[in-house]
Amino acid sequence: MSAPAIRLAGLKKSFGASEIIRGVDLDIQPGERHAIIGPNGAGKSTLFHLISARLPVSEGAIELKGENVVGLKPFEINRKGLSRSFQITNIFHNLSVFENLRCAVLWSLGYRYSFWQRLAGLADARLRAEAVMEDIGLARRRDTPAGILSYAEQRALEIGITIASGADVILLDEPTAGMSNNETEEAVALIRRVTEGKTLVMVEHDMGVVFGLADRISVLVYGRIIATDVPAAIRCNAAVQEAYLGTSLNHD
Amino acid sequence: MGRGPGGGLMTDMVFRRGRLLLWGGCLAAALALPLVFKGGFVISLLCQMGIMVVFALSYNMLLGQTGLLSFGHAVYYGLGAFVSMHVLNLLGKDGGPLAVALLPLAGGLAGLLAGVVLGYVTTKKAGTTFAMISLGIGELVAACALMFPGFFGGEGGVSGNRVVGKDNLLGFTWGPQIEMYWLIVAWAFLATVAMFALTQTPLGRMANAVRDNPERAEFVGYDTQRVRYLMLILSGFFAGIAGGLTALNYEIVTSETLNAHTSGVVLLMTFVGGIGLFYGPVIGAILISVMQIVIGGMTHAWLLYFGLFFLFMVLMAPGGIASVLAMQRTLWQARLLGRMLPHYLATAIPLLVLLAGLVGLVELAYALLAGEGATAGDAASRVLGMDLYLRSPVPWAAALAVSAAGAAGLYWIGGRMKKAWHQTLSTLQGDKA
Repeated sequence: MSAPAIRLAGLKKSFGASEIIRGVDLDIQPGERHAIIGPNGAGKSTLFHLISARLPVSEGAIELKGENVVGLKPFEINRKGLSRSFQITNIFHNLSVFENLRCAVLWSLGYRYSFWQRLAGLADARLRAEAVMEDIGLARRRDTPAGILSYAEQRALEIGITIASGADVILLDEPTAGMSNNETEEAVALIRRVTEGKTLVMVEHDMGVVFGLADRISVLVYGRIIATDVPAAIRCNAAVQEAYLGTSLNHD
Repeated sequence: MGRGPGGGLMTDMVFRRGRLLLWGGCLAAALALPLVFKGGFVISLLCQMGIMVVFALSYNMLLGQTGLLSFGHAVYYGLGAFVSMHVLNLLGKDGGPLAVALLPLAGGLAGLLAGVVLGYVTTKKAGTTFAMISLGIGELVAACALMFPGFFGGEGGVSGNRVVGKDNLLGFTWGPQIEMYWLIVAWAFLATVAMFALTQTPLGRMANAVRDNPERAEFVGYDTQRVRYLMLILSGFFAGIAGGLTALNYEIVTSETLNAHTSGVVLLMTFVGGIGLFYGPVIGAILISVMQIVIGGMTHAWLLYFGLFFLFMVLMAPGGIASVLAMQRTLWQARLLGRMLPHYLATAIPLLVLLAGLVGLVELAYALLAGEGATAGDAASRVLGMDLYLRSPVPWAAALAVSAAGAAGLYWIGGRMKKAWHQTLSTLQGDKA
């Protein structure tokens, strides 16, 4: 059996005295669609930040495709084939949709820091960016500055940038947050399409999206995973209902 | 923007032809100007303009393209100038006109090397940290200039002679100022083309990406620190070329070329011209050079006017002159410019009146301060070509009245322009939707 796409072992993260992630163990298999759910403040986004090296790990190990990646910089992890999106839209605001996507594919195509090649001459970068643009349905917005796109379009672009490099491990942080029902449906179809054959890990609040997309679900409560299982089993897991749905109901 | 799919290539080609025309036109204008204006004064001014264009463009590689606000860019310019001057003097009789023509390259390499060493420290961080460290390094190098007179020549600076040997290169000895101008045009054109080409490369585009969102740039695989570092090194190279040109042009380099004042001037030039468009700094460099030399030659209050002008631009057109021009171009393409032109012209009148009144007040004040303790009260002073008694209230009242009239007119006519402007903008946006 091949190594898990992502393996977390005894992962901990503290901010000062408060421990946000309190020992997470999790194996995510290649090609799996994995959702992480949990009440507000459970540490879902922090977990993502740890995996993608946006925040340094306090304790424990993270393996990406069998390789220890603790201590690497975000761009080093990205070069190893892990790409992520953000909960708050994180795009290049002054660049056009096309330029946003082209920037996202340059490194993976090996152009690095080249200042001796003309961008316009790089057919593979253009074709790849255009293909992604087609995929996320923004082809007609090609030359629009990303900053003036509508919210849903920006979210689609965010996903486009995340998948454009062809990374095989994709982390999506609340991809449908703030969307209408219609937009959510489109976003789910988009995610399903563009993560075909890849490992997907997502944090999501919309239970319809989670149960519709995920092969397995992990429930994170106060920095610990209390259950990891297929959706049907999660739905009738007593501990989950008590811990997660309970607080959620109280919260409402 | 009714551009259908596949229309991109067509527009690209039209765009490219337009760009070639523009570049060719600018070069032709640069070559034709000294043939039209023959005076030595104009040639000197044009030389200064050419050098500043390169310097300001190199600065905008940092500010506009990479989002790095530097307060110490003169370091690379100044070191380029000093090294060029020393190389020129080392060459002595062994060098010829060809070596002199290539000298700015030595300046460029010096700027590049300075970028490799200093940039390693400054570009570790972006934002405020970068700005502060660049200021610190700038002060450090400026202090060194006074501490090591062996290299920097102390107060007097280092001088040299750009006419080396007896032969010539295709008839050029670089002795006459006009020949120096041709050399500057050649270098400025090459450097500008190179800097523009750089904006069209992977590194150039990723610099924009790092400017817009460094976090995202890291998560698409780029080391933002490396991008900033490389951009600073390349920017140092072009600043060094400008420094080399200035060494040749003036045949003397003083520590002023690398101090904070020079760093400040290039910042203001670039900003006034506009940091968002490639050609912005070109406009800024030309305009400020002209103002500096023409207005600076007419009045001691030049720095005050410069400061006020900068303030006006920051408040009224933060995108610089280039962005104002680009906006007019958009209006023109939408056939809306005709609607605004009468308003522009009408607004210009009270604006000029106000300007005249303010200039009068400033000049009166300067004349009074300058003449303090001398004969200010009794004899007439020469202000703006008129013999005026500064202690008399009449000239002051007149200047004040002119200013007030201008301000009132501006308030009234400018208000109407503003209204028309908003209407035109909404028409424009209505067209687009």
